[in-house]
Amino acid sequence: MQLTLEFGGGLELLCESVKVHNVNIDLPKGADKLTMRYLLSWVRTDLIKERPEMFMKGESVRPGVLVLVNDCDWELTGQLDTTLEEKDVVVFISTLHGG
Amino acid sequence: MEADAKPKKSGPRLCCICNQRRAVLKRPKTLEQICRECFYEVFEEEIHQVIVENQLFKPGDRIAIGASGGKDSTVLAYVLSELNRRHNYGLDLFLLSVDEGITGYRDDSLETVKRNELQYGLPLKIVSYKDLYGWTMDEIVKMIGLKNNCTFCGVFRRQALDRGAALLKVDKVATGHNADDIAETVLLNILRGDIARLSRCTSITTGEDGPIPRCKPFKYTYEKEIVMYAYFKKLDYFSTECIYSPNAYRGFAREFIKDLERIRPRAILDIITSGENFRISTSTKMPEQGTCERCGYISSQKWCKACVLLEGLNRGLPKLGIGRSRGLNNDIKKDTKQGGGTKSIESKQCGSLDF
Repeated sequence: MQLTLEFGGGLELLCESVKVHNVNIDLPKGADKLTMRYLLSWVRTDLIKERPEMFMKGESVRPGVLVLVNDCDWELTGQLDTTLEEKDVVVFISTLHGG
Repeated sequence: MEADAKPKKSGPRLCCICNQRRAVLKRPKTLEQICRECFYEVFEEEIHQVIVENQLFKPGDRIAIGASGGKDSTVLAYVLSELNRRHNYGLDLFLLSVDEGITGYRDDSLETVKRNELQYGLPLKIVSYKDLYGWTMDEIVKMIGLKNNCTFCGVFRRQALDRGAALLKVDKVATGHNADDIAETVLLNILRGDIARLSRCTSITTGEDGPIPRCKPFKYTYEKEIVMYAYFKKLDYFSTECIYSPNAYRGFAREFIKDLERIRPRAILDIITSGENFRISTSTKMPEQGTCERCGYISSQKWCKACVLLEGLNRGLPKLGIGRSRGLNNDIKKDTKQGGGTKSIESKQCGSLDF
Protein backbone atom coordinates (compact mmCIF):
# COMPACT_ATOMS: atom_id res chain seq x y z
CA MET A 1 0.00 0.00 0.00
CA GLN A 2 1.35 3.41 -0.94
CA LEU A 3 1.25 6.03 1.74
CA THR A 4 2.72 9.47 2.26
CA LEU A 5 4.13 10.04 5.71
CA GLU A 6 5.09 13.50 6.93
CA PHE A 7 7.09 14.33 10.04
CA GLY A 8 7.12 17.79 11.56
CA GLY A 9 7.70 19.80 14.71
CA GLY A 10 11.16 18.27 15.12
CA LEU A 11 10.21 14.61 14.51
CA GLU A 12 11.89 14.78 11.11
CA LEU A 13 15.20 14.77 13.00
CA LEU A 14 14.50 11.14 13.90
CA CYS A 15 14.45 10.18 10.24
CA GLU A 16 17.51 11.89 8.87
CA SER A 17 15.81 15.28 8.66
CA VAL A 18 13.59 14.15 5.79
CA LYS A 19 10.09 15.47 6.30
CA VAL A 20 8.13 13.69 3.60
CA HIS A 21 8.42 9.96 2.97
CA ASN A 22 6.60 8.17 0.19
CA VAL A 23 6.48 4.59 1.36
CA ASN A 24 5.15 1.29 0.18
CA ILE A 25 4.00 -0.97 2.96
CA ASP A 26 2.99 -4.62 2.66
CA LEU A 27 -0.08 -5.64 4.56
CA PRO A 28 0.68 -7.75 7.60
CA LYS A 29 0.37 -11.51 6.94
CA GLY A 30 -3.23 -12.64 6.85
CA ALA A 31 -4.62 -9.14 7.27
CA ASP A 32 -6.84 -7.46 4.73
CA LYS A 33 -6.40 -3.95 6.01
CA LEU A 34 -3.73 -1.70 7.37
CA THR A 35 -4.34 0.03 10.68
CA MET A 36 -2.55 2.93 12.33
CA ARG A 37 -1.44 0.46 14.99
CA TYR A 38 0.48 -1.51 12.37
CA LEU A 39 1.77 1.62 10.65
CA LEU A 40 3.27 2.91 13.90
CA SER A 41 5.17 -0.28 14.54
CA TRP A 42 6.35 -0.23 10.93
CA VAL A 43 7.56 3.37 11.26
CA ARG A 44 9.35 2.47 14.45
CA THR A 45 11.27 -0.44 12.98
CA ASP A 46 11.65 0.56 9.33
CA LEU A 47 11.77 4.32 9.17
CA ILE A 48 13.02 5.93 12.34
CA LYS A 49 16.76 5.99 12.64
CA GLU A 50 17.25 7.23 16.19
CA ARG A 51 15.59 7.88 19.54
CA PRO A 52 12.31 6.02 18.92
CA GLU A 53 11.21 7.01 22.43
CA MET A 54 10.75 10.56 21.13
CA PHE A 55 8.08 9.19 18.81
CA MET A 56 6.45 6.22 20.53
CA LYS A 57 5.32 5.34 24.01
CA GLY A 58 3.94 1.83 24.36
CA GLU A 59 2.15 0.92 21.16
CA SER A 60 0.98 4.46 20.44
CA VAL A 61 2.64 7.78 19.73
CA ARG A 62 4.15 9.60 22.63
CA PRO A 63 1.67 11.99 24.26
CA GLY A 64 2.24 15.40 22.71
CA VAL A 65 2.69 14.01 19.20
CA LEU A 66 -0.26 15.01 17.00
CA VAL A 67 -1.43 12.66 14.25
CA LEU A 68 -3.49 13.65 11.22
CA VAL A 69 -4.85 11.22 8.66
CA ASN A 70 -5.71 13.04 5.44
CA ASP A 71 -5.59 16.30 7.40
CA CYS A 72 -8.02 15.05 10.01
CA ASP A 73 -7.15 14.70 13.71
CA TRP A 74 -6.80 10.98 14.38
CA GLU A 75 -8.75 11.42 17.59
CA LEU A 76 -11.76 11.62 15.27
CA THR A 77 -10.90 8.63 13.13
CA GLY A 78 -10.33 6.01 15.79
CA GLN A 79 -6.65 6.56 16.69
CA LEU A 80 -4.83 3.19 16.62
CA ASP A 81 -7.83 1.49 15.01
CA THR A 82 -7.97 3.92 12.10
CA THR A 83 -7.79 1.94 8.86
CA LEU A 84 -5.66 3.33 6.09
CA GLU A 85 -6.30 3.29 2.37
CA GLU A 86 -4.16 3.56 -0.72
CA LYS A 87 -2.57 7.03 -1.13
CA ASP A 88 -3.53 8.21 2.36
CA VAL A 89 -1.43 10.97 3.88
CA VAL A 90 -0.44 10.57 7.52
CA VAL A 91 1.15 13.51 9.33
CA PHE A 92 2.99 13.35 12.65
CA ILE A 93 3.79 16.62 14.43
CA SER A 94 5.55 16.93 17.74
CA THR A 95 4.31 19.68 20.04
CA LEU A 96 7.15 19.06 22.43
CA HIS A 97 9.77 21.30 20.88
CA GLY A 98 10.42 24.90 21.91
CA GLY A 99 8.01 27.78 21.87
CA MET B 1 -25.48 -0.30 3.57
CA GLU B 2 -24.47 3.00 1.98
CA ALA B 3 -22.80 4.18 5.12
CA ASP B 4 -20.37 1.29 4.91
CA ALA B 5 -19.19 2.33 1.49
CA LYS B 6 -17.39 5.29 3.00
CA PRO B 7 -14.29 4.68 5.00
CA LYS B 8 -14.52 5.64 8.63
CA LYS B 9 -12.07 8.46 8.42
CA SER B 10 -13.82 10.38 5.68
CA GLY B 11 -17.21 9.49 7.09
CA PRO B 12 -20.03 11.85 7.79
CA ARG B 13 -18.82 13.27 11.08
CA LEU B 14 -19.95 16.83 10.78
CA CYS B 15 -18.71 19.88 12.59
CA CYS B 16 -20.81 20.30 15.73
CA ILE B 17 -20.77 24.07 15.33
CA CYS B 18 -21.81 24.62 11.70
CA ASN B 19 -23.26 21.17 11.07
CA GLN B 20 -22.18 21.46 7.45
CA ARG B 21 -18.54 20.73 6.97
CA ARG B 22 -16.47 17.71 7.89
CA ALA B 23 -14.96 17.83 11.37
CA VAL B 24 -11.15 17.78 11.33
CA LEU B 25 -10.27 18.40 14.96
CA LYS B 26 -11.30 17.33 18.42
CA ARG B 27 -10.91 20.26 20.77
CA PRO B 28 -9.09 19.25 23.96
CA LYS B 29 -10.83 21.98 25.94
CA THR B 30 -14.40 20.98 25.11
CA LEU B 31 -14.09 17.65 23.24
CA GLU B 32 -16.13 19.24 20.44
CA GLN B 33 -15.55 17.98 16.92
CA ILE B 34 -15.18 20.91 14.61
CA CYS B 35 -14.27 21.80 11.03
CA ARG B 36 -11.31 23.85 9.96
CA GLU B 37 -13.23 27.09 9.36
CA CYS B 38 -15.06 26.95 12.69
CA PHE B 39 -11.77 26.08 14.39
CA TYR B 40 -10.11 29.24 13.08
CA GLU B 41 -13.08 31.23 14.28
CA VAL B 42 -13.34 29.84 17.83
CA PHE B 43 -9.57 29.81 18.27
CA GLU B 44 -9.19 33.47 17.34
CA GLU B 45 -12.38 34.56 19.08
CA GLU B 46 -11.41 32.94 22.38
CA ILE B 47 -8.07 34.73 22.35
CA HIS B 48 -9.85 37.98 21.54
CA GLN B 49 -12.16 37.42 24.52
CA VAL B 50 -9.21 36.73 26.83
CA ILE B 51 -7.56 39.96 25.64
CA VAL B 52 -10.72 42.00 26.16
CA GLU B 53 -11.80 40.48 29.48
CA ASN B 54 -8.36 40.85 31.01
CA GLN B 55 -7.73 44.27 29.44
CA LEU B 56 -4.36 43.12 28.20
CA PHE B 57 -3.92 46.09 25.86
CA LYS B 58 -4.97 49.72 25.61
CA PRO B 59 -5.49 51.62 22.36
CA GLY B 60 -2.23 53.20 21.27
CA ASP B 61 -0.08 50.70 23.19
CA ARG B 62 3.26 49.71 21.74
CA ILE B 63 3.53 45.94 22.19
CA ALA B 64 6.57 43.73 21.70
CA ILE B 65 5.89 40.10 20.91
CA GLY B 66 8.65 37.93 22.35
CA ALA B 67 9.53 36.00 19.20
CA SER B 68 11.69 32.90 19.19
CA GLY B 69 10.65 31.61 15.78
CA GLY B 70 8.96 28.64 17.48
CA LYS B 71 5.33 27.61 17.15
CA ASP B 72 3.85 29.61 20.02
CA SER B 73 5.37 32.97 19.29
CA THR B 74 4.84 32.56 15.55
CA VAL B 75 1.13 31.84 16.04
CA LEU B 76 0.96 34.69 18.57
CA ALA B 77 2.47 37.16 16.10
CA TYR B 78 0.07 36.00 13.38
CA VAL B 79 -3.06 36.04 15.55
CA LEU B 80 -2.26 39.34 17.28
CA SER B 81 -1.69 41.16 14.02
CA GLU B 82 -4.92 39.62 12.69
CA LEU B 83 -6.97 40.61 15.77
CA ASN B 84 -5.38 44.05 15.89
CA ARG B 85 -6.65 44.68 12.37
CA ARG B 86 -10.02 43.01 12.78
CA HIS B 87 -11.00 44.58 16.10
CA ASN B 88 -9.12 47.87 15.78
CA TYR B 89 -7.08 47.42 18.94
CA GLY B 90 -4.95 50.33 17.79
CA LEU B 91 -1.70 48.59 18.75
CA ASP B 92 1.78 49.13 17.37
CA LEU B 93 3.17 45.61 17.24
CA PHE B 94 6.85 44.67 17.17
CA LEU B 95 8.77 41.42 17.13
CA LEU B 96 11.46 41.17 19.80
CA SER B 97 14.00 38.36 19.64
CA VAL B 98 16.92 37.41 21.80
CA ASP B 99 20.05 36.05 20.17
CA GLU B 100 21.69 33.86 22.78
CA GLY B 101 24.55 33.07 20.43
CA ILE B 102 23.93 29.35 19.94
CA THR B 103 25.30 28.24 16.60
CA GLY B 104 23.12 25.75 14.76
CA TYR B 105 20.08 26.61 16.84
CA ARG B 106 19.35 30.24 17.45
CA ASP B 107 20.93 31.43 14.24
CA ASP B 108 18.50 29.17 12.35
CA SER B 109 15.46 30.14 14.38
CA LEU B 110 16.29 33.83 13.93
CA GLU B 111 16.09 33.28 10.19
CA THR B 112 12.49 32.19 10.78
CA VAL B 113 11.78 35.35 12.77
CA LYS B 114 13.28 37.44 9.96
CA ARG B 115 10.88 35.78 7.53
CA ASN B 116 8.00 36.45 9.95
CA GLU B 117 9.02 40.11 9.97
CA LEU B 118 8.32 40.27 6.24
CA GLN B 119 5.32 37.92 6.25
CA TYR B 120 3.43 39.82 8.94
CA GLY B 121 4.89 43.26 8.31
CA LEU B 122 6.05 43.67 11.91
CA PRO B 123 9.31 45.49 12.68
CA LEU B 124 11.89 43.21 14.31
CA LYS B 125 14.43 44.02 17.02
CA ILE B 126 17.10 41.49 17.96
CA VAL B 127 19.14 41.89 21.15
CA SER B 128 22.11 39.62 21.68
CA TYR B 129 23.81 38.21 24.76
CA LYS B 130 27.11 39.15 23.17
CA ASP B 131 26.16 42.83 23.03
CA LEU B 132 24.43 42.91 26.42
CA TYR B 133 26.77 40.74 28.47
CA GLY B 134 29.88 40.27 26.37
CA TRP B 135 29.36 36.50 26.20
CA THR B 136 27.56 34.20 23.77
CA MET B 137 26.00 30.98 25.08
CA ASP B 138 28.51 29.07 22.96
CA GLU B 139 31.34 30.81 24.84
CA ILE B 140 29.62 30.28 28.19
CA VAL B 141 29.16 26.57 27.53
CA LYS B 142 32.79 26.31 26.46
CA MET B 143 33.74 27.67 29.87
CA ILE B 144 31.23 26.05 32.20
CA GLY B 145 30.25 22.87 30.37
CA LEU B 146 26.75 21.49 29.96
CA LYS B 147 25.72 21.35 33.57
CA ASN B 148 24.24 24.70 34.56
CA ASN B 149 24.10 26.39 31.21
CA CYS B 150 20.28 26.63 31.25
CA THR B 151 20.47 28.72 34.42
CA PHE B 152 22.68 31.27 32.69
CA CYS B 153 20.53 31.27 29.61
CA GLY B 154 17.24 31.63 31.52
CA VAL B 155 18.46 34.46 33.74
CA PHE B 156 20.09 36.31 30.86
CA ARG B 157 17.08 35.90 28.57
CA ARG B 158 14.70 37.41 31.08
CA GLN B 159 16.75 40.57 31.34
CA ALA B 160 17.52 40.62 27.64
CA LEU B 161 13.81 40.74 26.81
CA ASP B 162 13.32 43.63 29.22
CA ARG B 163 16.28 45.52 27.80
CA GLY B 164 15.08 44.93 24.25
CA ALA B 165 11.62 46.10 25.26
CA ALA B 166 13.12 49.26 26.76
CA LEU B 167 15.02 49.94 23.54
CA LEU B 168 11.79 49.57 21.56
CA LYS B 169 10.03 51.83 24.10
CA VAL B 170 7.11 49.43 24.32
CA ASP B 171 4.40 49.49 26.96
CA LYS B 172 4.18 45.74 27.32
CA VAL B 173 5.70 42.46 26.17
CA ALA B 174 3.40 39.65 25.03
CA THR B 175 4.79 36.14 25.23
CA GLY B 176 3.58 32.90 23.69
CA HIS B 177 3.27 30.87 26.90
CA ASN B 178 0.32 28.53 26.43
CA ALA B 179 -1.97 26.66 28.82
CA ASP B 180 0.25 23.57 28.80
CA ASP B 181 3.31 25.67 29.69
CA ILE B 182 1.50 27.33 32.57
CA ALA B 183 0.13 24.06 33.99
CA GLU B 184 3.65 22.67 33.78
CA THR B 185 5.05 25.67 35.63
CA VAL B 186 2.41 25.42 38.38
CA LEU B 187 3.51 21.83 38.97
CA LEU B 188 7.20 22.70 38.85
CA ASN B 189 6.80 25.48 41.37
CA ILE B 190 4.97 23.10 43.70
CA LEU B 191 7.68 20.51 43.24
CA ARG B 192 10.34 23.10 44.04
CA GLY B 193 8.46 24.70 46.93
CA ASP B 194 8.84 28.01 45.14
CA ILE B 195 5.95 29.87 46.71
CA ALA B 196 6.84 33.26 45.27
CA ARG B 197 6.72 31.94 41.72
CA LEU B 198 3.73 29.70 42.43
CA SER B 199 1.72 32.72 43.45
CA ARG B 200 2.48 34.70 40.31
CA CYS B 201 2.96 32.10 37.59
CA THR B 202 -0.74 31.90 36.73
CA SER B 203 -1.19 35.68 36.45
CA ILE B 204 -2.03 36.65 32.91
CA THR B 205 -0.16 39.91 33.39
CA THR B 206 3.00 40.12 35.48
CA GLY B 207 5.56 42.73 36.38
CA GLU B 208 3.13 45.62 36.54
CA ASP B 209 5.21 47.08 39.34
CA GLY B 210 8.37 46.68 37.26
CA PRO B 211 9.58 48.61 34.22
CA ILE B 212 7.76 46.66 31.52
CA PRO B 213 4.78 44.39 32.25
CA ARG B 214 4.36 41.10 30.42
CA CYS B 215 1.22 39.32 29.39
CA LYS B 216 0.27 35.89 28.11
CA PRO B 217 -2.64 36.01 25.66
CA PHE B 218 -2.39 32.20 25.20
CA LYS B 219 -2.86 31.49 28.91
CA TYR B 220 -5.96 29.40 28.20
CA THR B 221 -4.93 28.16 24.76
CA TYR B 222 -3.98 24.50 24.41
CA GLU B 223 -0.70 23.65 22.79
CA LYS B 224 -2.48 21.11 20.60
CA GLU B 225 -4.66 23.84 19.11
CA ILE B 226 -1.72 26.18 18.58
CA VAL B 227 0.15 23.50 16.65
CA MET B 228 -2.98 22.51 14.68
CA TYR B 229 -3.60 26.16 13.84
CA ALA B 230 -0.02 26.59 12.65
CA TYR B 231 -0.31 23.40 10.60
CA PHE B 232 -3.62 24.22 8.92
CA LYS B 233 -2.56 27.81 8.25
CA LYS B 234 0.85 26.61 7.05
CA LEU B 235 2.62 29.12 9.27
CA ASP B 236 6.36 29.17 9.02
CA TYR B 237 7.93 28.16 12.34
CA PHE B 238 11.11 26.60 13.60
CA SER B 239 11.12 23.48 15.73
CA THR B 240 14.41 22.14 16.90
CA GLU B 241 15.32 21.49 20.47
CA CYS B 242 18.07 23.71 21.78
CA ILE B 243 21.35 21.83 21.40
CA TYR B 244 22.27 22.63 25.00
CA SER B 245 18.94 21.97 26.71
CA PRO B 246 18.72 18.99 28.99
CA ASN B 247 16.44 20.64 31.64
CA ALA B 248 15.37 17.21 32.79
CA TYR B 249 13.18 18.27 35.69
CA ARG B 250 10.95 20.38 33.47
CA GLY B 251 10.96 17.57 30.94
CA PHE B 252 9.42 15.20 33.48
CA ALA B 253 6.75 17.71 34.43
CA ARG B 254 5.99 18.23 30.76
CA GLU B 255 5.66 14.53 30.08
CA PHE B 256 3.43 14.11 33.12
CA ILE B 257 1.11 16.89 31.90
CA LYS B 258 0.92 15.32 28.45
CA ASP B 259 0.07 11.92 29.96
CA LEU B 260 -2.68 13.53 32.03
CA GLU B 261 -4.00 15.35 28.99
CA ARG B 262 -4.39 12.12 27.10
CA ILE B 263 -6.56 10.67 29.86
CA ARG B 264 -8.44 13.85 30.67
CA PRO B 265 -7.69 16.93 28.56
CA ARG B 266 -9.37 19.29 31.00
CA ALA B 267 -6.62 18.51 33.53
CA ILE B 268 -4.53 21.30 32.00
CA LEU B 269 -7.13 23.99 32.63
CA ASP B 270 -7.89 22.53 36.05
CA ILE B 271 -4.23 22.76 37.13
CA ILE B 272 -4.24 26.42 36.06
CA THR B 273 -7.42 27.00 38.08
CA SER B 274 -5.82 25.34 41.09
CA GLY B 275 -2.77 27.55 40.68
CA GLU B 276 -4.95 30.66 40.45
CA ASN B 277 -6.78 29.80 43.63
CA PHE B 278 -3.91 28.98 45.91
CA ARG B 279 -3.83 31.37 48.84
CA ILE B 280 -0.39 31.91 50.24
CA SER B 281 -0.42 31.94 54.03
CA THR B 282 0.50 35.32 55.46
CA SER B 283 3.29 33.78 57.52
CA THR B 284 5.12 32.62 54.39
CA LYS B 285 8.27 34.63 53.94
CA MET B 286 8.28 36.22 50.51
CA PRO B 287 11.26 37.81 48.76
CA GLU B 288 11.37 41.57 48.97
CA GLN B 289 11.61 43.35 45.67
CA GLY B 290 14.47 45.80 45.35
CA THR B 291 16.95 46.82 42.71
CA CYS B 292 20.37 45.50 41.83
CA GLU B 293 23.10 47.73 43.19
CA ARG B 294 25.21 47.11 40.17
CA CYS B 295 22.90 47.39 37.16
CA GLY B 296 19.64 48.71 38.58
CA TYR B 297 17.56 45.78 37.41
CA ILE B 298 14.82 44.46 39.72
CA SER B 299 16.28 42.08 42.26
CA SER B 300 15.42 40.65 45.65
CA GLN B 301 19.12 40.59 46.49
CA LYS B 302 21.94 43.08 46.57
CA TRP B 303 22.98 42.02 43.11
CA CYS B 304 20.61 40.61 40.53
CA LYS B 305 21.12 37.05 39.39
CA ALA B 306 22.51 38.10 36.01
CA CYS B 307 25.18 40.27 37.64
CA VAL B 308 26.17 37.44 40.00
CA LEU B 309 26.46 35.00 37.11
CA LEU B 310 28.32 37.49 34.97
CA GLU B 311 30.74 38.27 37.79
CA GLY B 312 31.44 34.54 38.05
CA LEU B 313 32.09 34.26 34.33
CA ASN B 314 34.34 37.29 34.19
CA ARG B 315 36.33 36.21 37.23
CA GLY B 316 36.68 32.68 35.97
CA LEU B 317 34.50 31.34 38.82
CA PRO B 318 31.49 30.12 36.86
CA LYS B 319 30.04 28.25 39.86
CA LEU B 320 29.24 31.60 41.43
CA GLY B 321 25.48 32.01 41.61
CA ILE B 322 24.68 28.39 40.85
CA GLY B 323 22.42 26.54 43.25
CA ARG B 324 21.52 28.02 46.62
CA SER B 325 22.73 31.52 46.26
CA ARG B 326 22.31 33.03 49.72
CA GLY B 327 25.95 32.45 50.54
CA LEU B 328 27.12 33.71 47.21
CA ASN B 329 25.59 37.11 47.51
CA ASN B 330 27.27 37.24 50.90
CA ASP B 331 30.48 36.33 49.20
CA ILE B 332 30.20 39.28 46.86
CA LYS B 333 29.39 41.53 49.76
CA LYS B 334 32.61 40.58 51.50
CA ASP B 335 34.41 41.12 48.26
CA THR B 336 33.03 44.55 47.68
CA LYS B 337 33.30 45.41 51.38
CA GLN B 338 29.63 46.13 51.72
CA GLY B 339 28.01 44.83 54.88
CA GLY B 340 24.37 44.26 55.68
CA GLY B 341 22.49 41.02 56.18
CA THR B 342 20.68 39.18 53.46
CA LYS B 343 17.11 40.24 53.96
CA SER B 344 15.11 37.59 52.24
CA ILE B 345 15.05 34.20 50.65
CA GLU B 346 15.75 34.09 46.98
CA SER B 347 13.70 32.06 44.59
CA LYS B 348 15.40 29.41 42.59
CA GLN B 349 16.17 29.88 38.97
CA CYS B 350 13.62 28.34 36.70
CA GLY B 351 15.31 27.03 33.62
CA SER B 352 14.61 28.82 30.44
CA LEU B 353 11.07 30.08 30.90
CA ASP B 354 10.34 33.57 32.07
CA PHE B 355 7.92 33.29 34.92
